[in-house]
Amino acid sequence: MNASAIRQTWAFVYRDHQLTKRYWSWVVVFAFYALVNSASVTLIGVAAHDTRLTLTLTIGVLLWTFLSVLFNEIAMSIAYERWEGTLEYTFMAPASRFVHLFGVSLYAMLYSFFRVAVVLAGLFVFIDLSFRGANLFGILIVLLVSSLAFMGLGLIAATLPVFSPERGAEATNILQGVLLLVSGIYYPVSVLPKWIQPVSWLSPATYALSACRKLMGIETFVPGQPLHGAPLLAVMPDLLRLLIMGIVLIPVGLWIFGRVEHWAKKTGKLKRTG
Amino acid sequence: MPSLAIRVQNVKKVFRKRNGLLRRKIREEHALKGITLEVREGEAYGLLGPNGSGKSTLIRILSTLLLADGGDIEILGFRLPEHEREVRERVGRVSVDAAFYKKLSARENLLYTAFLYGFEKPDAERKALDILKRLGQDASRFDDPLEEMSRGMQQKVSIARALLVNPPLLLLDEPTTGLDPKSKQEVQRFIEDLRRREGTTILLTTHDMDEAERLCDRIGILTRGQLVAEGTSEELKSQAGADNLEAVFLKMVGESFEEAEKEVTVE
Repeated sequence: MNASAIRQTWAFVYRDHQLTKRYWSWVVVFAFYALVNSASVTLIGVAAHDTRLTLTLTIGVLLWTFLSVLFNEIAMSIAYERWEGTLEYTFMAPASRFVHLFGVSLYAMLYSFFRVAVVLAGLFVFIDLSFRGANLFGILIVLLVSSLAFMGLGLIAATLPVFSPERGAEATNILQGVLLLVSGIYYPVSVLPKWIQPVSWLSPATYALSACRKLMGIETFVPGQPLHGAPLLAVMPDLLRLLIMGIVLIPVGLWIFGRVEHWAKKTGKLKRTG
Repeated sequence: MPSLAIRVQNVKKVFRKRNGLLRRKIREEHALKGITLEVREGEAYGLLGPNGSGKSTLIRILSTLLLADGGDIEILGFRLPEHEREVRERVGRVSVDAAFYKKLSARENLLYTAFLYGFEKPDAERKALDILKRLGQDASRFDDPLEEMSRGMQQKVSIARALLVNPPLLLLDEPTTGLDPKSKQEVQRFIEDLRRREGTTILLTTHDMDEAERLCDRIGILTRGQLVAEGTSEELKSQAGADNLEAVFLKMVGESFEEAEKEVTVE
């Protein structure tokens, strides 16, 4: 990546950061809602006096906060531009689509970490949590690797608003809902009806959760004892699956985006806004 | 002899729209029916035509935002669509709607554009302020959100955005439509000044006859996707035996500008 491409990547980070600042009241509202929702879910474990359940729910809400925000910000990036009416100006800039979508994804990742930090800080207020003994570094690695696969999914979903701004945004939300359901965020996948379980194999969140639960030490947790998080090597199969998904989904997402852009330029669909 | 900035040969564009209860009927709208025109480097060429004549479609094809269905296009020596990136680096566009992030300030919007084109912050800020000053824009409004600015102010920021990257070719798609008389004058003066100072090639679309006559070396009359006449305003008047462009349009097209505008809805 040369200096010009770095500046172009920075353009998207700069733009999204400025927009986040201008819409700060919505940022506060969404962060508040995410925190309240996370605390409500996690308190179910506290009410059951079950520390293992509390930890399972905690890691679920944190991971889902991260992945859902990442996916949503990337998937909705084109819809936002259509609503603002700026899509044509972005598309006629001499930045490659890779640089464009990389810049959007980079900011989405930073924003996702911010949201997780807010939720985590809030959870400490509501619940007596201790992560002592958990492999937090390993969890960070899993988050970063799983980000690649979610970026790929986000890129594919980002094309939907090119076809139809409203329907595309609706479809993105449905897709996000399906990921939440099938990935076993708050429960093991095995409790899902048999017919839907194979769908969970296609979701990167399934493997990210499986790895994070092991790294957290939830599976080996003994009440009254500190956590014993597994070493990173123990989750290598999950990490490899996530890496392969990322390596496949990002180029596939870029390819689909390129085809949809070509179609939009052929049919004049870039023009429509709102 | 100056070389060509724009070479458009037999360019066609058809939009297909689905109609009917089950959207099975396809209606074809021929937005451009084989346009051929050339614009020399440093020239200001005006495309005069009513709404729906195909002006914006042509501008969008030249801006790499639409793909033509047929014909050859060359911008500053680069063929489209093969050399989109090279063309994008050299072309600035101002559209009739000042499309911005309305919550962001002029500074933030312009910096975003500057970074997108690979420019550095200090140069971009200095240049943006200089352009806005020349356009008569109050520098103290530089940090105000665009949504708090008038349509005229927004359009000036839009022009600053297009010029920020020193494009040798500027595509102006009805840049003064909807502006108050003072802003319109300021924008027109700026375009004249720009040509004098920088020698920028300009392709201007408008339905304002006086504007076309004032700003353009040559004028093409576009109606229903066809270029029906081309020349300097004096040549057009003499060809049509008329004393103003309104009368030229009536003679060449067979109906008045207003009538043509009422009939056609495609753009």
